[in-house]
Amino acid sequence: MAEAVALCRPEVICAYPISPQTHIVENLSRLVKSGELAPCEFVNVESEFAAMSASIGASATGARAYTATASQGLLYMTEALYNASGLGLPIVMTVANRAIGAPINIWNDHSDSMSQRDSGWIQLYAETNQEALDLHIQAFRLAEELSTPVMVCMDGFILTHAVERVEMPTQEQVDAFLPPFQPRQLLDPDEPITIGAMVGPEAFMEVKYLAHAKQMQALELIPEIAADFKDAFGRDSGGLIRSYRVEDAETIVLALGSVLGTIKDTIDELREGGMKVGAVGITSFRPFPLGAVRAALGHAQRVLVLEKALAVGIGGIVSANVRMALAGIQLHGYTVIAGLGGRPITKASLHRLFTDAAADRLEPLTFLDMDWDVVNRELQRMRSSRASGPHAENILRDVGPVAAGPV
Amino acid sequence: MFEVRIHGRGGQGVVTAAELLSLAAFDEGRYAQAFPSFGSERMGAPVVAFCRIDDREIRTREPIIEPDALIIQDATLLHQVDVFGGCRPDGFILINTTKSFDALGLGDFVGAFRAERLLTVPASELAREHTGRAVANAALLGGFAALSRAIALDAVSRAIRERFGGAVAEGNVAAAKAAHTWVMDELRELSGATPA
Repeated sequence: MAEAVALCRPEVICAYPISPQTHIVENLSRLVKSGELAPCEFVNVESEFAAMSASIGASATGARAYTATASQGLLYMTEALYNASGLGLPIVMTVANRAIGAPINIWNDHSDSMSQRDSGWIQLYAETNQEALDLHIQAFRLAEELSTPVMVCMDGFILTHAVERVEMPTQEQVDAFLPPFQPRQLLDPDEPITIGAMVGPEAFMEVKYLAHAKQMQALELIPEIAADFKDAFGRDSGGLIRSYRVEDAETIVLALGSVLGTIKDTIDELREGGMKVGAVGITSFRPFPLGAVRAALGHAQRVLVLEKALAVGIGGIVSANVRMALAGIQLHGYTVIAGLGGRPITKASLHRLFTDAAADRLEPLTFLDMDWDVVNRELQRMRSSRASGPHAENILRDVGPVAAGPV
Repeated sequence: MFEVRIHGRGGQGVVTAAELLSLAAFDEGRYAQAFPSFGSERMGAPVVAFCRIDDREIRTREPIIEPDALIIQDATLLHQVDVFGGCRPDGFILINTTKSFDALGLGDFVGAFRAERLLTVPASELAREHTGRAVANAALLGGFAALSRAIALDAVSRAIRERFGGAVAEGNVAAAKAAHTWVMDELRELSGATPA
């Protein structure tokens, strides 16, 4: 990933280490130190808040800026994230998706980037390492054409720590695809301007709307860039959504990120047994492609949205967006929360899940592979004593020693 | 698809072993996917790493639950972690130890398995002999190439040289070759004892 980012010739990289993205910026720092990535300044900062703040400064002075983070690091950046998008600065950031504590957990889910879905950043989700690599190259072009920041989200550990074959483009290919950064706005000591003025009620809505307008433009631009990318590199990567065996599908599973690979394998197995099931992968979650999702799902009898994040108090985040895309269409909709905190999403579980969905045996909100005994024991403890103690520690005692299983 | 699960402890190069195996598969022009069981980034803690090898693109991202082959780098895990979970009787098992399956207390358990697919190999000793360190991962891959035929020794050697350089690479290549020879000899002896 570091090599792919380096091919995009970032001029300023400001980053603070946090698993599971650390090795990406570590390798970039080596490329900068060795002179392989030049001209580029690698700025060590004291926190993620500083990383994004320095990226904002760098981008405003006309430098192509890149950073990466995950989990609590993304949350620590939150205030600056809104500034980057509000100011319209085309920063590209990798989010190596990881759960959010408490309880502390370093493993993969989508809670971090989903929490920032309304921060004004474009969010692209990668299914494979090849796509993550390709999306970074597309992201710089998208960000700079619209002057808006882009997050490339890739599943922490599952993708970031996997070794697999990828096609690495050449510098000449990337240079031809991604022209040098031409900023729309530039801080220059010789020609001073203000970026980030206070805006009162007379103009605030208009400025804010422009961020939305640019994301609506991105709905057009993302497929165009993906088509250009295919012409230049010969690979189908990016775009708004990706459909798999949906033509005659009665049941369609919708998901984001690397779990789509496991879902596709499961679909192939179920198709052999005659089940009409397909999948839709969302690459662009922000902007959310309402029209494309409606066109892809509208003919199905039921839609199962598999989400790696939980909106506590309601259930699904992606589901709510999908519901909006399907306004007025009558079909069964299921939300499945899966893989939180790195719980493996297995083909065996998906097999059962899709079979239950196809028979309409699912609850509207389902938690995949939830250990209800453990949950109910803790609920019982809460009922039986006011001083029932901390949930996580109680449950860890019930579950027993970790690392005892084969996986 | 051929799925390999490698068990060991933090610091033994378990994750590197899975990565080397995937590089060896790439070297043979095949698809591979190596990944660790995440989180146990401590010396001595039980670690699991996975490698899938296939002739077509590998899409699934689940951990390997029913491995075709098991490599156990640290025999002290045998009675501590459920290393054999999901193993099928036609699977390959290679354990790094100087002891036999019987001496490890596994005689009854492995009775159901195919004898020519089970082997113990003194990989730490071979590694120490050839590299000066008892890091058995490369040696085990050499032994694994001989036992499973899922990968060629030459591809393993090239993967080791791709990942490491100089004396470290050559020592590990020598250890892998020694373990390969050791396993081939064992298999020959075994087939002599039970004529096909």
